Amino acid sequence: MDNTAFILQQCINAIFLGSIYALIALGYTMVYGIIELINFAHGELFTAGAFIGVIVLTALQSAGFVESHFVLSLIITFGLAMAYVAVLGVSVEHVAYKPLRNSSRLSALLSALGMSIFLSNGMMLAQGVSDRAYPDVFGISGLEFLGARITYGQIFILLLAFALMVALQLFVQKTKLGKAMRATAQNKPMSRMLGINVDRTIRTTFIIGPGLGAAAGVMVGLQYGAVRFDMGFIFMIKAFAAAILGGIGSIPGAMLGGLIIGGVEVMWAAFLPSAWKDVTTFTILILVLYFKPSGLLGTNVSEAKV
Amino acid sequence: MLAKELKKIAVYAIFLAILLVPMLGFPTPQFQPNRPLIVLGILVGLLVLNLVVKFVRKDKEGAAAGPGLVELVSRRLGRYPKWLTLGGLVLLAALFPLAANNYMIDVGITCLIYVCLGMGLNIVVGLCGLLDLGFIAFYAVGAYTYSLLNLTFGLNFWACLPIGIALGMTVGCIIGYPTLKMRGDYLAIVTMGFGEIIRIVLNNWTELTSGPNGLFGQAPPPGINVSLGGDDGFGIALGQLTTLPSMYYLILFLAIITIVGVSRLNDSRIGRAWIAIREDETAAELSGVPTTWIKLLAYALGAAFASVAGGFFAAKLSYTNPNFFLFMESCIVLCIVVLGGVGSIPGIIVAAIVLIAVPEVFRELENYRMLAFGAIMTIMMIIKPEGLIPAARRRRELHEAELSAQEED
Repeated sequence: MDNTAFILQQCINAIFLGSIYALIALGYTMVYGIIELINFAHGELFTAGAFIGVIVLTALQSAGFVESHFVLSLIITFGLAMAYVAVLGVSVEHVAYKPLRNSSRLSALLSALGMSIFLSNGMMLAQGVSDRAYPDVFGISGLEFLGARITYGQIFILLLAFALMVALQLFVQKTKLGKAMRATAQNKPMSRMLGINVDRTIRTTFIIGPGLGAAAGVMVGLQYGAVRFDMGFIFMIKAFAAAILGGIGSIPGAMLGGLIIGGVEVMWAAFLPSAWKDVTTFTILILVLYFKPSGLLGTNVSEAKV
Repeated sequence: MLAKELKKIAVYAIFLAILLVPMLGFPTPQFQPNRPLIVLGILVGLLVLNLVVKFVRKDKEGAAAGPGLVELVSRRLGRYPKWLTLGGLVLLAALFPLAANNYMIDVGITCLIYVCLGMGLNIVVGLCGLLDLGFIAFYAVGAYTYSLLNLTFGLNFWACLPIGIALGMTVGCIIGYPTLKMRGDYLAIVTMGFGEIIRIVLNNWTELTSGPNGLFGQAPPPGINVSLGGDDGFGIALGQLTTLPSMYYLILFLAIITIVGVSRLNDSRIGRAWIAIREDETAAELSGVPTTWIKLLAYALGAAFASVAGGFFAAKLSYTNPNFFLFMESCIVLCIVVLGGVGSIPGIIVAAIVLIAVPEVFRELENYRMLAFGAIMTIMMIIKPEGLIPAARRRRELHEAELSAQEED
């Protein structure tokens, strides 16, 4: 493999990883935008999605359904994982965040952290501590150009991620519920006065955000072939860095941030000692927060909010 | 009323069951049929508990809230002079090894290490209100400082202690400085990132730290060696601390110094400045509190206490490796601070003993320890954000409305 092919290959990997980070980052950004709380449990919701994916897909495969109805079985897998995690997300909101909506930020943060520890250990107890293998439904066949290759699985995942992001953008910009979400994010008391059901809007956010996270979880499982109960932690930090980099609360920002973080990570691993690649993400996070806390595309966050 | 609540519980339980069945009930290679049931049982139990507490609290709303068990005990203790109570507790702690076997002493040592860590984190989270999720990094700094200095230069524990404290404070300031501008949630994530960076550095800088293999062979600290029976017989001698009871006395000594230090700080001008920052940073700054320095000081002092505990940990174990300093450890320390009552010193001591010793005693529950810690954190925040033994100031802040209502009555 010559140099151009190598770089091209890394670019493909970067876009791939970046879109997954972007999907997770969207969940953070939306929740933060609307209730100004970091949903620490988001990484665990993402992992839960991956686990549901492996359970459903394994079941479908052993029933022989994957061979006969390939696309349908993928739709079922993604659909069930997203639906389940959406319900889980709403329950987490109801149990841990809603009672604390008017208390101090420290309380809400600690409650979110508690939820994250709880879910992560619940999954460990339920699914064991070792990796669980994902069924390899896509195989290794793919397209090849200029010496770099992209598998059909990667193409499918990229297209799906892109479609989900476009759908989200359309939902938030064009529908009535999306408009209500934007209004609630801007000013909760005013929205309430104008007849927006704020609680329902927040619940909707907790359906969409974790749902996207679950889709990302299944994608990670399909691509890397395994899931583990604690994989949410590192993805959470990466996605959070992406959300901050893009400007927290901004949906296009989360997508851009995801791509940048994914790109930096892949390129670092390709050309520099890969053991240190996680340090770069943290460094980016810290630098952005220090020099430009509003992020690349974010509106200027006032001092009190930072 | 009760029927309504019970119905609510039933609905919640069914909902939870539906929610958990696909997650837990599916055969996996590691599948053990009792596990999902236990998890489900714990969840339902917690929900019932939550609702019961809600119910009890609803009853209390009309009348003045009665004192809890912990409060009754502390009130009872409050009748005696303060020095008598404290002296009695110290004496009790000092006599503990006489009555305990080696295993119990070992658990006691672990508890006291966590008391020290909890005290350190209490400065940052409890007093200053800065949520630090990478606190365990300072513990790692202490452990590695002692290990490296002892193994390369042969310096003893007491000589390494000030160096460890200085390094801990330096790292504390390095972590604290860039985060000074941030508040709340961002700070939490950045400190979490820093904590991970330190662990990754320890893991990958193999020339210095020998990576994941860890460092071993650290000399035990010199001091007064105490042996209480067994092969060594009874005796007290000067020399290296080789027995478990002498290690226990050393950490007890360090813990007492930490507790006294933190409580003196709490009552000092600096302590009031920290609390002012926690309540309202802008107002504190306008009232003339040099917020930058005071916040850095919180980081540095918290780090110093953790570093001492870390040095002791490495000396006691004669071994250290990066995996002792996972994010989960930070969470455990944070859970101690939260359960005990943010900013409350006796609360943290009690919480450290409860959270560390109880899972040790019920060994078979070990796997459910972190699950319970997570649940405790969320539930405490919802039903009793001031903790088991609330700091007097904090209780007033959180229940201002109720207290003023009582006064009016």
